[in-house]
Amino acid sequence: MQKRLVYNLMVDVIVIGGGAVGCATARNLSRFRLKTVLLEKASDICEGQSKANTAIVHGGYDAKPGTQKAKYNVLGNRMFQKVCSELDVPLKWNTSLVVTFSEDGIEKLEQLREQGRQNGVPKLSIIGRDELFRREPNLSREACAALLVETGGIVCPYEFTIANAENAAENGVRFCRNAEVRKVSRDETGFWTVESAAGTFTARAVVNCAGLYSDRINNMVSEEKFHILPRRGEYYIIDKRYADTFHASIFQLPTKMGKGILVTPTVDGTILIGPTAEDIDDRDDTRTTPAGLAKSLKFGSRTWEHIPLRDVITTFSGIRAHCDKNDFILGEAPDAPLFFNAGGVESPGLTSSPAIGEFLAGLVADRLHAEPNPNFQPVRHAIPKFREMDAAQREKAIASNPDYAKVVCRCETVTEAEIREAIRRPVGARTIDGIKRRTRAGMGRCQAGFCTPRTVQILSEELHISPLEVTKFGGNSKLLQSYLFTKGEDDHAQR
Amino acid sequence: MKKEITCIGCPMGCRISAVLDENGKIVSLEGYTCNVGKKYAQEEFTVPKRMVTALVRVHGQNRPLSVKTAKPIEKSRIFDCLKQLESCTVILPVHAGDVVVPHVCGTDVDIVATREMY
Amino acid sequence: MRSVDLIIIGGGPAGLAAAISAYESGCRDLLILEREETLGGILKQCIHNGFGLHTFHEELTGPEYAQRYIDKVLQYQIPYQCDTMVIEVTPDRRVTAVSRANGLQQFQAKAVILAMGCRERPRGALAIPGWRCSGIYTAGTAQRFVNLEGILPGKRVVILGSGDIGLIMARRMTFVGAKVLACVELMPYSSGLKRNIVQCLDDYNIPLLFNHTVVDIKGRERLEGVTVAEVDPKTHRPIAGTERDYDCDTLLLSVGLIPENELSRMAGVRLSPATKGAVVDENLETSVPGVFSCGNVLHVHDLVDYVSEEAGQAGKNAAAFLRGEQKETGRTIPVVDGFGVSGAVPQKIHVGGADEAVNVMFRPRGVYRNAKIVVSAGDRELYSRKARILTPGEMVNLKLRPEQLRRIGEAAELAVKVEAS
Repeated sequence: MQKRLVYNLMVDVIVIGGGAVGCATARNLSRFRLKTVLLEKASDICEGQSKANTAIVHGGYDAKPGTQKAKYNVLGNRMFQKVCSELDVPLKWNTSLVVTFSEDGIEKLEQLREQGRQNGVPKLSIIGRDELFRREPNLSREACAALLVETGGIVCPYEFTIANAENAAENGVRFCRNAEVRKVSRDETGFWTVESAAGTFTARAVVNCAGLYSDRINNMVSEEKFHILPRRGEYYIIDKRYADTFHASIFQLPTKMGKGILVTPTVDGTILIGPTAEDIDDRDDTRTTPAGLAKSLKFGSRTWEHIPLRDVITTFSGIRAHCDKNDFILGEAPDAPLFFNAGGVESPGLTSSPAIGEFLAGLVADRLHAEPNPNFQPVRHAIPKFREMDAAQREKAIASNPDYAKVVCRCETVTEAEIREAIRRPVGARTIDGIKRRTRAGMGRCQAGFCTPRTVQILSEELHISPLEVTKFGGNSKLLQSYLFTKGEDDHAQR
Repeated sequence: MKKEITCIGCPMGCRISAVLDENGKIVSLEGYTCNVGKKYAQEEFTVPKRMVTALVRVHGQNRPLSVKTAKPIEKSRIFDCLKQLESCTVILPVHAGDVVVPHVCGTDVDIVATREMY
Repeated sequence: MRSVDLIIIGGGPAGLAAAISAYESGCRDLLILEREETLGGILKQCIHNGFGLHTFHEELTGPEYAQRYIDKVLQYQIPYQCDTMVIEVTPDRRVTAVSRANGLQQFQAKAVILAMGCRERPRGALAIPGWRCSGIYTAGTAQRFVNLEGILPGKRVVILGSGDIGLIMARRMTFVGAKVLACVELMPYSSGLKRNIVQCLDDYNIPLLFNHTVVDIKGRERLEGVTVAEVDPKTHRPIAGTERDYDCDTLLLSVGLIPENELSRMAGVRLSPATKGAVVDENLETSVPGVFSCGNVLHVHDLVDYVSEEAGQAGKNAAAFLRGEQKETGRTIPVVDGFGVSGAVPQKIHVGGADEAVNVMFRPRGVYRNAKIVVSAGDRELYSRKARILTPGEMVNLKLRPEQLRRIGEAAELAVKVEAS
């Protein structure tokens, strides 16, 4: 059994939720002299909508002017370069294109451009066929014009979220995973009590970054209620071999036929197709469906005519925390002092997260009269990636750590050194999926067929647990049933 | 009684049929295309036999040793054979060909190791 | 940088046989690079019998079959390095490898034999709808857990696909105490060998459902069940109303093998969309001079015996290349897949030079009864052979003799086809 730690801590701030917004908020809180704990219900951070989205740093033309979405999208976009540089997270300004397949869409593109201008998005232009195909020669010939968003980019959403978390942890934030929040209440002295699966905490302030569950947390303490309407989107990932097929992230201009499906390269070289949009009841229902997958392909093929189905790496679904207020709910709840919300954060939540985190942390610090943390270290170093090293760097890496010479994941060339470090780091990996998201081991063509036995073994060694207790993503997601033969009694005694 | 089997002597997979009398004796046999097939069919229709490959416990380890029957055994004895192997523990080192269990289930067939283990 | 005449990438059945044959053909400066801790490749975990019937005329288990070759490698003192992963091969045959023992190594090889084997198609590639829970394995991964690590992945099993590893695992899981509920096959036939269907499924009354597939995966954390439905044989689309639920904690996939050609691609080797392996000539030389390919990295074989045989050819030809003796005069013509033929290897042959027989292998596209295999050049039929049954699971291996090859004349291509009756 894994040990369950029971905390009963008095802290300054509790952040509920370890997604992109929660981790960015935690990192920004660590800029102040505040004792902060982040509670995450899943077995790892970045297990909700932050792990399964379009991975795009949006320009900000899409949201209605005057909304929080518009404001924080544009602010977040401007911050992304600096944050990614500090956190050593790959970011690519590959531009976005909103493509129309009919001439009468051009007018709508112009409206979008105008909306973007109002939101403060720079460098928006409409490009015609020639320019469009010069940029994207593999785009369907049906395309006739596009809005070019030069400030559009791509980032790996889990790498970004985990980097924020690691940096926050290095600066003193404590992370508790498997800590589902059950009750939030405020006592007569004004302190907040948060009861979680990992124990009860007392805090001066609470920040609700609970994503798909942000309504439930808010509605426990505030009469200003809102409701999350979970919306599922299904995606395809296509092999790296097609990395050069498209350069920009290609959106389709919304039509009567629907919002359209995005086709975009990822920073890791694969191509992502999706998402669909389906309102569902169960916020954890991350199933893929025949209808959803078919729709992704059908609409995706308007942009990419011949999607190579033989080279599908995987399919997945993600659930967006769409809110009945149709906007982000940010700031202190009017009827709950020192309870702060980042509620209903859906797309463009990833892009907005640095700005939301900065805003909320600033607000909390202000209300708690917190001093700046003089020891705050903004720089985080990524796990050195063997696959990105040149020969000299590889030689050096192996010399300093021979585990770099042991390639565990063949498809993505991930070494044992990287996997062990992913486990040993602050807020380290505890599961197979945790390793996958921190190192890409198992994300390639064989989808962990070859590396699973080895990663199970490494996790078991590093965490001092039996291989039978290793899980894919916590809970009962165990990989293995039992030993065929256990060692003899005397051997047990020796252990 | 007429019975049909798929020959496994080679990748051809010939369908072989036999007419058996009430004592299970083969009256006629057809469909085989080689002597291996004929021999296989004669055995398969009367006393079907199988090679059994299995895993046995190694003292002090979770990792098992792979073993096999040195010759095919009667198909009906496969699970008896596996049952007997369950209670068997080998002590390393073991070499391929080493007898792990002699005369399994009272047959004249030994269980032998199929790999080296140190 | 170390200079080596011949580097063999992979120490599985193909690499071992290639190395032995190269040695026997006179090559003395050679090196096998193997990524795992010991030689033998996938055979180490294939503890079932059935290997070597063609080569040794006896039934061996995988480890025993491998050991015969390993013993030869040891006897010849052919150098090998295990725990060594090749991470790059360049078109000019520079090979970069890493290992704990030797760090980063670079070799300049005069010839390279690619023998990296293949991998299994995973769930992701199939886009099966449902949850992304634990308990879903490719059959080979489960095989490794059971046979090498001694760990049972689950107790109630459904197998999707009837490839050989899936069939073998049906029996293995039964032997180690799991219940195998069904083996589900999308096609109207199995891609596995007959003997495996008989001895791994029929013997244990495990149903084999043709024209069926898994349409839903259930279980938020660990797998709790799958839904199986019948499919339309033409469109392969599930037929509504035929769904049936199976309570299982494990789903094993045996839905195809894919040659692992990442290194080949780096080396600039041209690949065939049909085989997903290298395009080779009759010497098994790829589009990159001095780079040869054999075994499952070239095309997925049905029997290891054929892998060894093919790899032996590659080793011999690499040795000839090193001696500068490759007699490839004249023009090359393509070998074209005709009706019923999928991925004929080699994809091209030299005309007029070789006075040696040429092996042509392919997989039938479907099941053909009382068919004829025909190789023709233009309107000349060079070769024909009757076959009572051809199935995609069983490879066709035919030999074109020199006198047959001489009849190619001025023809522009060699066509291999099946004439179904």
